[in-house]
Parts: sequence; structure tokens; C-alpha cells
Amino acid sequence: MPVLQRATREHMARPIREEKKKDDSGNSKEDAIEVMATVIEPLPNAMFRVELENKHQVLAHVSGKMRKNFIRILAGDKVAVELSPYDLTRGRIVYRYK
Amino acid sequence: MHRAGLVVYDVLTALRDAVRPGLTTMDLEKLAEEKIAGRPGKAAFKGYRGYPCVLCTSVNSEIVHGIPSPKRKLREGEIVSIDFGMEVDGYYADSAVTVPVGKIQPQLQKLLDVTRESLDRAIDKMRAGNRLGDVGHAVQSWVEQHGYSVVREFVGHGIGTKMHDEPNLPNYGDEGRGARLQEGMVIAVEPMVNAGRPEVHMRDEWVAETADGSPSAHFEHTVAITANGPWILTRPKEMTGPSW
Repeated sequence: MPVLQRATREHMARPIREEKKKDDSGNSKEDAIEVMATVIEPLPNAMFRVELENKHQVLAHVSGKMRKNFIRILAGDKVAVELSPYDLTRGRIVYRYK
Repeated sequence: MHRAGLVVYDVLTALRDAVRPGLTTMDLEKLAEEKIAGRPGKAAFKGYRGYPCVLCTSVNSEIVHGIPSPKRKLREGEIVSIDFGMEVDGYYADSAVTVPVGKIQPQLQKLLDVTRESLDRAIDKMRAGNRLGDVGHAVQSWVEQHGYSVVREFVGHGIGTKMHDEPNLPNYGDEGRGARLQEGMVIAVEPMVNAGRPEVHMRDEWVAETADGSPSAHFEHTVAITANGPWILTRPKEMTGPSW
């Protein structure tokens, strides 16, 4: 006999979500881990899928500082990515190498 | 809990073999009551939040919590989900199986096969270190790959000294999300699969049916997480192979 659970819109989201919801870690920028990565593909909302040196793929957004200075990022670019120690599936792109 | 589980298994297998066209769902209820008479423990559903029967019998588009009725005759070609739980010495076990009535259409048989297989896949994920989302994802990905949908409004549940305990286990989810599974946890894993869309319509306080009228299947086992992997408590320990 199953348990009744109130349905929410999120429960009904039909296809299995590939990308996860945006989850801004706020101002806790201090204890991030910085690693090198290569951009694989650009995604909507200034997000990118990047591959780390250890071959893990993470979803990364562009840091505010880089957005302000209009630094464009293309597939294939080498970038520096900061990872949050809490959620290793997302990161923040903080530098694009020339 | 295994003792309660074995009674549940005996009753469900007896009912599964008894199902035939012409029986009413109340006949199944009576048969279940006969089977548990004289056995230790008591039926878990009767009286649970005012539920009137020992069984839930959900025919065709009914998803779960169908109430047995002397007016509801099973007809050839229908499917009926039988859900049953026992309490023995304070411990609960809960299981369900969906049974064809006589000969059924191949599409319906496929719905049963896919749902049963999704339960197998979910049980295989019931290992310490995995997460609840891994189990839900196993069901959802398998079911949706076949064009069916997963019911969201009803979920599996932890079970032990209560019938419904923490945690809830949805039959959908993202891999790597949700609470981590630990050794010693016992969860009733129960995929409910609609052939059409996932929306649910509550006919009354209990009976849930598919909003689009499509048939729905439901399989369930009570599963413990042990050091040696998942242990299905609602069947004999020496049994191997598919869950139902």
C-alpha cells in the first residue's frame, strides 16, 4: 500500500532532466577548488558543459566578473573552473586562457 | 519482518493462482481472510486510517487502493493489482502483484512485464551507498523508455514497526540525488506504472485511477538492505530470479 504524496509541478516534470536546476552557492566563494578544464559545449543561460582534467564533466556558469568584462567562451577553450566542495557537479568559470 | 513477509507471500501467491474470470474482488478478499485465519499476526491494511478491507484490489485503470466489492466481477482480459500487508509481532511487511484475468491482450502483458522488470531494476539499486534517487531513476528510465509513465502521487515507503515510515521512495528521480541508503534500512519498493499519462484522479477518498483511463500496473516488495545486497523480505529467502 503506497503513501500518498502531494503532487507538485516539479514531480510532473516529464522527461528525465539531464541538467539540474541552477543552484547558486551565494557568497561562499572562498573554499572553492580551482581546476583546469576544457569547454565541451555551450548551453543556454551562459552555462557550459566542461570536462575537467580528471575527465569528469561538470556544468559550469561564467563568473560575474568575466561576464562584466565580456569575455566570450567557445567550445574547445581552456578555462579555470572553481568547484564547490558541496556539489562537485557544478562549477564557476573564472578564467579563460588565451 | 521476514515472518510477516512470508505470510504476505503465501497469501498473494494463493490469490494470484485463484484469480479467474467470474470471481468478484470481494471473493478475493474472503479468500485472503481465510488464508490468514490461524496464522500469527494480523492484516495490516484493515482499519489503517479507516480502510475497510485486508486487500486492495485495483482493476484495470485503478492504480491503487481499490476496495474489494461483491459487485465487481473480474472479466476475461482484465488486470487486477492485489496489494496486501501483514503485521506480525509488531513488524510489518507489504507487497503487491498485478495479475492477468484469463487471457489478456499482448499490450497489457507488456505493461505488466515492464512494471515487474522496473521493480527488479529498483531492487537491484537497493544497496548501501546508493541514493534514493538512484532507485527512482532505475524505475523511471526503464518505464519511460517503453512509452509508459510513472505515477508521482503515490510513493514507496520505509517500513518496520510502522507500515508507513521514513523515507518516502518516489518511483522517479535523478541519479545521485536524495538520501543515501544504509545497511539495515527496509523499504517497500513499489512502482506504479500507467500505460498512458501519469496523472491521477481520485475517485473517492481511497480509490486512485488514471486520469486518462489507461490501464495501470503495480508491483511491490518489502526489501531490506544487507551487507550482501538487497534481501526481498516478502518471499522465501531461497528464492532467486525475477521479483514476481
